[in-house]
Amino acid sequence: MINLGLLAFMVAVAVAVAVLRNLFAAVMLFAIYSLSAAALFVALDAVDVAFTEAAVGAGASSILMLATLAATSSREKALRHRRALPLALCLALAAILLVGLHDLSPVGDASSPPHNHVAPRYLSETATEIGVPNVVTAVLASYRGYDTLGEVVVIFTAGLGVAALLGGRLRRRRGMENEDD
Amino acid sequence: MIEHPIVRVGARLLVPCILLFALYVQFHGDFGPGGGFQAGVIFGAGCILYGLVFGVEALARVAPPGLVQGVAAGGVLLFLLVGVAALIGGGAYLDYDALLPDPLAGQHLGILLIEFGVGATVSAVMLGLFFAFTRG
Repeated sequence: MINLGLLAFMVAVAVAVAVLRNLFAAVMLFAIYSLSAAALFVALDAVDVAFTEAAVGAGASSILMLATLAATSSREKALRHRRALPLALCLALAAILLVGLHDLSPVGDASSPPHNHVAPRYLSETATEIGVPNVVTAVLASYRGYDTLGEVVVIFTAGLGVAALLGGRLRRRRGMENEDD
Repeated sequence: MIEHPIVRVGARLLVPCILLFALYVQFHGDFGPGGGFQAGVIFGAGCILYGLVFGVEALARVAPPGLVQGVAAGGVLLFLLVGVAALIGGGAYLDYDALLPDPLAGQHLGILLIEFGVGATVSAVMLGLFFAFTRG
């Protein structure tokens, strides 16, 4: 019941984000969307994911979007081209996703493949092999250490990319202002 | 930079608590929800709040952008070096059992170190993004 209510609320917020022309309000609604997603994760007992969603989605990305708005404009320009093709594409994608939904196992189904592959081993062996109470941390940091290393490299590369795109502009402008910098 | 006294006093009270909470999430991640990713974002958000209220230049004096870039790279390097240390200890890459004579103690040390590397990189990248967006 809580899950359905949250999902309905998220759909309403998503539609409002798409309709609103005021970008400042859209960013705030994005943050609300992330926060309700975090609440949904808590309801599904995925506390670690909820933590990340609340911190990254509602906190950090909102600040970055607000910083972007401060540098540009807080009103969206009216669209001039036709919107029939994008709408058709979105509807087609939604239809494909809905069809794919049938192949997902029901939530909490203990006999589904994801719960019968390596998960039982992680749950039963973490206490003796890793000795860490939080199994999520044990999987993330130890069993799947390579994946986490890859994620960190991805984050670092993203930071490098932004620095290369925007930081260079800063350095050039400063170089023009005073030559000794 | 915000002149409003309520915001300034509120930020003064909040920023230390946010940074302390980030450290708690970082080093308590083995026992409760949390870990390097969450802690890094919370730490970065606390610093960004300071920058929003007291000015980006004030934040740049506390956390110089050059140092922030170094920390971002250092976190990844720490993660990689823990893997190499496991190799030297006789195990597979990132096999923390080989870090110390006692496998469980090795796992604890390995997780602590790589989570610290993750937290350092994530918080530094957050700060770097904020600097790039606001000072560019």
